[in-house]
Amino acid sequence: METEFTPWLSLGGGMMIGASAVLLMATNGRIAGISGLTAKIFTRSSDGEARGVSALFVLGLLLAAPLWLLVSGGWPQQWVPSSPVLMAVAGLLVGFGASYGNGCTSGHGVCGISRGSARSIVATVTFMATAFVTVFVMRHLIGA
Amino acid sequence: MKQIFALLSGLIFGLGLIVSGMANPAKVLNFLDVFGTWDPSLAFVMGGAIAVTAPGFALLFRNRQTPLFDNTFRVPTRNDLEPKLLTGAAIFGIGWGLGGFCPGPALTALPVAATGTLIFVPFMLAGMWAARHTPNISPNANKGAA
Repeated sequence: METEFTPWLSLGGGMMIGASAVLLMATNGRIAGISGLTAKIFTRSSDGEARGVSALFVLGLLLAAPLWLLVSGGWPQQWVPSSPVLMAVAGLLVGFGASYGNGCTSGHGVCGISRGSARSIVATVTFMATAFVTVFVMRHLIGA
Repeated sequence: MKQIFALLSGLIFGLGLIVSGMANPAKVLNFLDVFGTWDPSLAFVMGGAIAVTAPGFALLFRNRQTPLFDNTFRVPTRNDLEPKLLTGAAIFGIGWGLGGFCPGPALTALPVAATGTLIFVPFMLAGMWAARHTPNISPNANKGAA
């Protein structure tokens, strides 16, 4: 199914994401990497303050859609095309890969590239490549 | 104060994901489908985010020794390209391509409660747990890597 090309909204949303990353660094001195912050909540060994700050950041993420509903009167437009089984496999791979590779789209893709980190640039090129290939295989070779 | 700003940062991040369209897996999968129903929007999300973060971080680190409400900037200092980084990123990309969700959008979309999201998030957390309990299998694993 086609989706509408939204360059301005996407650019604006992206700038909000950037503003959030700068705000978190300026106030808390932490990278706005979602997989890292999420993992920290569930890690007993991390110190209490780190866990608290991480949990509050994730709570903010969880409150965004309800706030959107409150203001606009509808949930954000969304469609999850993949089957339940595929979503389970996808979840496992995303969670495992992000933790094993020390970052995801936000930590490596936004914050890491912005710092000019070689590790993050290589990680981002790698996950972009496997994601493009995966979609090509699923949609054009297997035809799922 | 730092707690309030952590919450606020998360909220702005989530709203940015919604506005940009990245919280919609259909849009993400179309971005990744260059030879099909390609929707290049997400390149603008990444571009917009980096266009703010890169100069923002640079100004911040040039002008301040510490964050406003904490005593240190926690910035990764490693620069080695070990197999673990590449393996993790490659696996992450496959999952991203299968479902159209990465961690931020999945958590942001959780309250919308689409069936696929409700399945994805617990499995993602399980995957994170599994990664933390997987020993580093790369040949250089014992050379002081974290």
